[in-house]
Amino acid sequence: MDAGALNFIDLSTGNVAFLLFVGFVGGMVSGFIGSGGAFVLTPAMMSMGVPGIVAVASNICHKFPKALVGAIRRHKFGHVDLKVGLVLGVSAELGMLYGANVQQGIKARLGDAGSNLYVSVAFVVVLGIVGSWVMIDAWNLYRRGASAHDEEVTRLARWVHQVRWLGPRFYSEGARAHIPWLITVPIGLATGMLAATIAVGGFVGVPAMHYVLGLPSMMASATELVIAFVMGLGGTIKFGWSGYVDLRLAMIILAGSLFGIQLGAIGTTYVRPYMVKVVMGTIMMTVLVSRAFIVPVYLSELGWIGALDVDTARLLRQVSHWIMVAALVSGAAIVLGALLSGMRRHASEGQVA
Amino acid sequence: MVKWIKLLAHGVVVAVLYVLLFIYEADVIRLCRHGGWYFLFPVGVAFVFSTFHGTFTGLFWDALGVKPKSSK
Repeated sequence: MDAGALNFIDLSTGNVAFLLFVGFVGGMVSGFIGSGGAFVLTPAMMSMGVPGIVAVASNICHKFPKALVGAIRRHKFGHVDLKVGLVLGVSAELGMLYGANVQQGIKARLGDAGSNLYVSVAFVVVLGIVGSWVMIDAWNLYRRGASAHDEEVTRLARWVHQVRWLGPRFYSEGARAHIPWLITVPIGLATGMLAATIAVGGFVGVPAMHYVLGLPSMMASATELVIAFVMGLGGTIKFGWSGYVDLRLAMIILAGSLFGIQLGAIGTTYVRPYMVKVVMGTIMMTVLVSRAFIVPVYLSELGWIGALDVDTARLLRQVSHWIMVAALVSGAAIVLGALLSGMRRHASEGQVA
Repeated sequence: MVKWIKLLAHGVVVAVLYVLLFIYEADVIRLCRHGGWYFLFPVGVAFVFSTFHGTFTGLFWDALGVKPKSSK
């Protein structure tokens, strides 16, 4: 409880405008794919001089009410599986606490460079595997011209629905099947661990709910908002207890992101399921490239490869940062484009009818 | 007409909330940094802001004609 030593920065008009914009774009992507935005918001705040832990805490504080609004909105569209969301949310909370301990252990042993390297490698490995899977699936659905009803339940999900020897199960309305707790809880733990590591647990949670639990992709992205709410509330209590939440920053981001998240949620009602996967896959692969650029810098700081000169290291950091910004902006552009064309198509269909 | 009044009313409440946040900026920072059970302050304020601002943004997009696709 010694947040007194930390600076809560003075806010300029430029800073406020910047946070509103990043919040809006991040919110739009979150409303559409169930997560995203956090990986740009935290660095954006840090670039304004906000201490890292205050940036993380304030980001989490804006996240839980935003996720709540998005979840309620998409619940009205019939997209949310509340039971799966709450089960995963509580287990993700535990995963987040464990993930934070792992982070602290690495930081204590290898310092900031070691911690940053761990985060970046986690990004590259997880996004490489999950992102490729999502993109391939999106491409297959696109080629078949599949509609929401054509989305196939994977073989793995069918096995999960049928397996009896894994102990107690609960009924999921989204999957329209019984799911063993022993499958659900580890997914929640992994989502929470990833959230504690790279701030975007949804990159595991959403694909896992779809491919492993058998929820339709629309429901998976909406149910992720319930998980984000539970995790965000727990995280805010944890950081708030230590006095790290800068409420001004959190509420400014919230102002922008609530406009964005509603727009993203509305966007999902106009698009075919593969579009959610296209946006998610595109963002994942772009972020992967971004983090791959920064890995040599951390390896060099740890002395595990030859030293990089200052200019090269700075260039790699800047390239990495701007590719990450591009990931978010391109995701938002796809969402906006899909929403506008969907609305136009719907309007013209209405006129014909 | 009713929806415009609702939009305006929520807009005014949201504007007042944000003005208060910055008028009492020093107190807000003090309460946030206090820690312990004072965590209830940021959590409670975030809930209040999201309730009014969330409703306002929903009404805002609705008023602009940006609505979810109606299923037939």
